[in-house]
Amino acid sequence: MSPGSELRYVWRMLTELGHFALILGFGVAIVQMIVPMIGAHRGNASWMAVAEPAATTQFLLVAFSFAVLTWAFVTSDFSLQLVYANSHTAKPMIYKISGVWGNHEGSMLLWLLILTLFGASAAWFGGGLPARLRARVLAVQASIGVAFFAFILFTSNPFLRLAVPPLNGRDLNPLLQDPGLAFHPPFLYLGYVGLSMSFSFAVAALIEGRVDAAWGRWVRPWTLAAWMFLTVGIALGSWWAYYELGWGGFWFWDPVENASFMPWLIAAALLHSAIVVEKREALKSWTILLAILAFGFSLLGAFIVRSGVLTSVHAFANDPARGILILIILAVFLGGALTLFAARAGAMEAKGVFSVVSRESALILNNILLAVSCFVVFIGTIWPLVAEMLFGRTLSVGPPFFEAAFTPFMVALAVALPLGSIIAWKRGGFSRLKSSLTALLVVSLAFGALAFAVQTGRSALGPVGLMLGVWVVGGSLLDLWLRSGRDGVAVRLRRLRRLPRADWGKAVAHIGMGVTIFGIAAMTAWEKEDIRIADIGQRWEVGQFAFTLDDVREFEGPNYLTTMADMGVWRGDRQLGTLQPEKRFYPVANMPTTEAAIRNGVLRDIYVVIGDPQESGGYAVRVYIKPFANWIWGGAILMALGGVLSLSDRRLRVGAAAAKMPKAVPAE
Amino acid sequence: MIRLFMVLILLAVPLWAVEPGEMLDDPVLEERARVLSQGLRCPVCRNESIDESNATLAQELRLVLRERLVAGDTDQEAVDYMVARYGEFVLLRPDASGANLILWLAAPALLLVALGIGWATIRRRAPVDDRLSDEEKAELDKILRS
Repeated sequence: MSPGSELRYVWRMLTELGHFALILGFGVAIVQMIVPMIGAHRGNASWMAVAEPAATTQFLLVAFSFAVLTWAFVTSDFSLQLVYANSHTAKPMIYKISGVWGNHEGSMLLWLLILTLFGASAAWFGGGLPARLRARVLAVQASIGVAFFAFILFTSNPFLRLAVPPLNGRDLNPLLQDPGLAFHPPFLYLGYVGLSMSFSFAVAALIEGRVDAAWGRWVRPWTLAAWMFLTVGIALGSWWAYYELGWGGFWFWDPVENASFMPWLIAAALLHSAIVVEKREALKSWTILLAILAFGFSLLGAFIVRSGVLTSVHAFANDPARGILILIILAVFLGGALTLFAARAGAMEAKGVFSVVSRESALILNNILLAVSCFVVFIGTIWPLVAEMLFGRTLSVGPPFFEAAFTPFMVALAVALPLGSIIAWKRGGFSRLKSSLTALLVVSLAFGALAFAVQTGRSALGPVGLMLGVWVVGGSLLDLWLRSGRDGVAVRLRRLRRLPRADWGKAVAHIGMGVTIFGIAAMTAWEKEDIRIADIGQRWEVGQFAFTLDDVREFEGPNYLTTMADMGVWRGDRQLGTLQPEKRFYPVANMPTTEAAIRNGVLRDIYVVIGDPQESGGYAVRVYIKPFANWIWGGAILMALGGVLSLSDRRLRVGAAAAKMPKAVPAE
Repeated sequence: MIRLFMVLILLAVPLWAVEPGEMLDDPVLEERARVLSQGLRCPVCRNESIDESNATLAQELRLVLRERLVAGDTDQEAVDYMVARYGEFVLLRPDASGANLILWLAAPALLLVALGIGWATIRRRAPVDDRLSDEEKAELDKILRS
């Protein structure tokens, strides 16, 4: 055998090695699930110590397996069924790579990769945790891993071969060939799976029967990280829908979107209640329950998406067997954790006392609003199923329901936010704050009134959105300012710079919330739409802008054919620029897509779409003016940035040992 | 998630909702038609209103809806006409009748319960009197001075 053919042989073996690594990882996860748990129970240090190397090994094995699969996609190895079904040689490299998770099997492997990464991170950075708690956390985390290893190996194996490799693949769905979507799933999964850490901490705490301030501090960075990733993932998905779907919708209240929104809401509640545990040792059992529910909703989301039970009008590649398996996983973990919770939660006695008007009470209100708003999304999502099964009614629950039932909670949350974030812990009052809060209220109302006077039409949505936005953003700034003391401006500015990162994170995230609220309201209320047939050379006006259809050309892209229009955007006699909307056709997948052209701006987006040529001559053209559209995602970025700031606070750093903590935490 | 794309793809593919040719000349009537069609589900689509959908059926329904409005139907009559033919499935905002009351009232009810529990919790945790007694004050002074 020549060296060359030997190399080829090894090469071909690579896929098998990846497959084998996955099976090996399964075995390691089983060991990690059992041995440290028994070790922690018996107080056997060497058994507990198994957890850390096992977590690292598990991660390395899955990472190797994932790398092998990626390599198969990169090299277009069509002897793999999965690569054949989801890739093509003519596809740009970045989409060959994103094709790895652009399908069920690969996305589950990504899920597992992230799950084991979180497990390994807990092993690497969990040095400050008590050995027993750490062993239990890692064992619980491994048990989740076992479930998903089994799920992948038995129902969704990405390493299945084709006996006769075809010459070329069937290509990834063209709509997935987009930078926004390429990185949407990894972020969402980091969020979904990140919540497994909160879950593992909660279950470990229940097994220990002890929750204290330190526990709150340990669980919060994981929740914060997961929530941050979820925020980015949801924002990416929504941004993608905005520019790709051709009419600028950004949220559809689709079951699949709701599946990611529910864990986000619960994680947001959990973040806030964990602060109460950390600072005041209250709300312990509630926080544990939230941690369990947050991951429960992640699993529920996986179930909804994988089984297609709620989306069965068109049964695309959904597999009921997979759905049932996820349902079993969901039932085992959620059921088990809740049973444990019922048995042990009573033992979590609260310590801190607080009066009615206090930060604690405000955070309880925050939790109630977030949890019940999550319930609104939940019941709206499953209601078609329930109504059909129990009452024989085939019905739909769409955006109008959610807009009516969900919005009030967000309004209430926004109204309460500045008050709750300023008020003191334990025993607060508004007397000292009365003048500044009144001023803020007046300013917010003035902005709202101004918007109402300036806008065309009598809709209250825009003005109310602006008012709430100013109220929330102003409240967050006011909070920061009040935290800087009572001296001269220079001293206060210096003090502001030295405020803990967590305080800045809180303010930035809250500002982001205000910005997003305003963006959604403004864009929904003040959008302009124009649909018409335009001839080449024609000029028409929409709002304060004018548009010209200058030319329409057809040519060939890397793996598609396209019809591209040149459209001039004018303000009076001045041309602002040219937009080039496209209609593409992907021959391999036999699918057309619309590429809207968007001129992004701080105050508005100009959004144009080119349609079909008309029999009467000319083209169908759509123009949208979308005011403050970018503020929606800008706010989401600020929220995530707030999370990053807060996460980088020294006090929250995962490794920071409890002993180093000053006894009295500075009032926040 | 992956399925999100799939979903959006299905709803998204042709991307042409209301065509210029379908629109009514009377802007008031057209505006009413747009608002109504945003609340009506395309029966063959995934969670998509007939206003957004490009399915042939959705287009037909848009035209039927406009015919009804031109014929002088009120909004309610036009919607009832659709429901009579395609069932309550086409309503994106389910009516609050019968079992649907659960859908509409469950969350407000839960909110009330949660506020009640929250209030009870807050009241229970309220401090009775945590001011220092004279004895404690004296002891504290001693500690602080030392």
